Amino acid sequence: MKKQICLFICIILLLSGCGRLETNDHVEPDSGQDSKNLIVVGLSQVGSESDWRLANTRSYRETFTEENGYYLIFEDAQQKQENQVKAIRNFILQEVDYIVLDAIAETGWDAVLTEAKEAGIPVILSDRFVQVEDDSLYTCWIGSDFEEQGRQAGKWLKDYLKKKGRDEEIINIVTLQGTLDSTAQIGRTEGFRQVLEEQKNWTMLEQQPGEFVQAKAKEVMEYFLKTYPDIDVVVCENDNMAFGAIDVMKEAGKSFGKKGGIIVISFDATDAALEAVKRGEINADFECNPLLGPLVDENIKKLEAGQEVEKIQYVDETYYD
Amino acid sequence: MNKVKKITGMALFLPVFCMLLVMLVNVIYDAANGNFAFNFFTISVRNGILYGRLIDILNRGSEIAILAIGMTLVVSSSAGTDISVGSVMSLSASFCCMLLAGYGVASASTLAMPLFLGVLGGILMGCVCGAFNGFLVAYLNVQPMVATLILFSAARAIGLLLCNNVIVYVRNDSFGFFGSFLGPVPTPIVIAALCILVISLLLRYTALGLYIQSVGINKKASRIAGLNSEKIIFLCYIVCGLCAGIAGIVASSRITSADSNNIGLNFELDAILAVALGGNSLGGGKFRLAGSIIGAYTIQAITTTLYALGVSTEQAPVYKAIVVIIIVTIQAPPFKAFMKRMSDKRQLSKGGAAV
Repeated sequence: MKKQICLFICIILLLSGCGRLETNDHVEPDSGQDSKNLIVVGLSQVGSESDWRLANTRSYRETFTEENGYYLIFEDAQQKQENQVKAIRNFILQEVDYIVLDAIAETGWDAVLTEAKEAGIPVILSDRFVQVEDDSLYTCWIGSDFEEQGRQAGKWLKDYLKKKGRDEEIINIVTLQGTLDSTAQIGRTEGFRQVLEEQKNWTMLEQQPGEFVQAKAKEVMEYFLKTYPDIDVVVCENDNMAFGAIDVMKEAGKSFGKKGGIIVISFDATDAALEAVKRGEINADFECNPLLGPLVDENIKKLEAGQEVEKIQYVDETYYD
Repeated sequence: MNKVKKITGMALFLPVFCMLLVMLVNVIYDAANGNFAFNFFTISVRNGILYGRLIDILNRGSEIAILAIGMTLVVSSSAGTDISVGSVMSLSASFCCMLLAGYGVASASTLAMPLFLGVLGGILMGCVCGAFNGFLVAYLNVQPMVATLILFSAARAIGLLLCNNVIVYVRNDSFGFFGSFLGPVPTPIVIAALCILVISLLLRYTALGLYIQSVGINKKASRIAGLNSEKIIFLCYIVCGLCAGIAGIVASSRITSADSNNIGLNFELDAILAVALGGNSLGGGKFRLAGSIIGAYTIQAITTTLYALGVSTEQAPVYKAIVVIIIVTIQAPPFKAFMKRMSDKRQLSKGGAAV
């Protein structure tokens, strides 16, 4: 009886092991790679926490194909920084040609990026920025200008209020922030703050982190509505949090969106959110372009040809209202 | 004096007292801010649904309360905790959403199978996990902490596998029902109330409660007395898995998606805490279900209060920990003994003066 049970457990462990291997794309890159001279790219992605992230991952997968001369090793970090550090160490061991890193947090990267530099592997940062003592640890950074997005949102609100003839009124604003210390949160908060400071009649009632997820945003928004009876504007630092805020406002019977009431501003402009803009539930959505794959590809091609690349590169972005 | 003693001596005095203490903080805060002092307790109907801080606490605390039911039984029968409940919640939510959306589909607005089947599947998945834990603990005599550690780490990953590593959205209003409203009342409150009702009726009108306690107090003696100890422990773990499954469905219905990484994150700790706050010994044996339920809502009350006090969500856990330390200290036997000594001394000196 005991033997059978042991065997059973062993089999289960074995099976679960296989499964993980498959989903992590943890395949050794040595087979066939030399014969075709593919460029091996190790990509450490944050996770799959939002629609934006999924579109971003899709863009990489579509760019780094064998037809384009790449071999992509994709590692999903499941929103944990230690997984990313582990993934980069693995990339170094596997001797990939380029590392593309989408960092979960801005700090804590010096050690592992130094290892990559010593191994002679260029690191391209995408989407989110990192803070390191020595900026030669990465080759370049490609992504969105989050601060500009925040400023744009502020300017849009200013124009919108002027159009509605409310530019003299007291405007009460609350913000659902992203994960603290992430590039998107820092940039968007700072950019919006710059416009906010110029406007004497705008007051920021409170800013609370909703961690970029719908459930948390719902909880925080419930609290906002109960604490502040007259909110004029809610700024959501990504679309998923905007969905959470919309859910709560619907339940509480508050009017919001383009029909009047609370003005909803969101960032990212994912497909689902653009539908919400069309329905009039979100007033304005500021795009955060997820199609970074082609830009990274361009840079790698330049580096392969021995050319210099610019250290900081922004993608083109717009907004929808 | 006697009356006071009678009240403080009551079984559920401390858990209730702690809960009232948390509420008092709210009253003082509201009064200090010049608001209506009982702002916290006002419940109104807006837009056809109940609205108020108390309703929020009952609503948000539903998952922890449901988990606390199962956890209480597990703690009582096996003198150990089931640390896998949070992960199992995530797994059953993922499985349910996978069934409803179809495998590999990231976002579905039409259901791939009847809602009933999907939800049942999710709950059954919870039961299977509970049975796995129960089997290890009851029949293989693995320590509960170690046995449940397996699913603690594995269940979330299995959930991700089922969902093909993405967040599955079920954008269908019928699925959102379990996290929204039943008439004017939030559905999670109704679900939690039903779970509590069923289990407490079961414990009251059958001898099950007695069996569980006796197994928890002494497993061998109960077997000699004719109880099938293993079976009872096994059953408790299945109930715990069932509760985790239901809580998982509620949590995922709230956001109409299966966010495997975040659903039920750290909930096992809250559930264990709820049992402890309820004045139940984590060493097994005698238990009071009502205490655990009050404990669960106390935890949520602390969280909501911290929001009301304007503590940032990032820092809230620190303050929560401080409050919990105080509450647990008040309930600790050495502290109780100390308080008793103090009051005895006072009594003695009073008596001495009279003579």
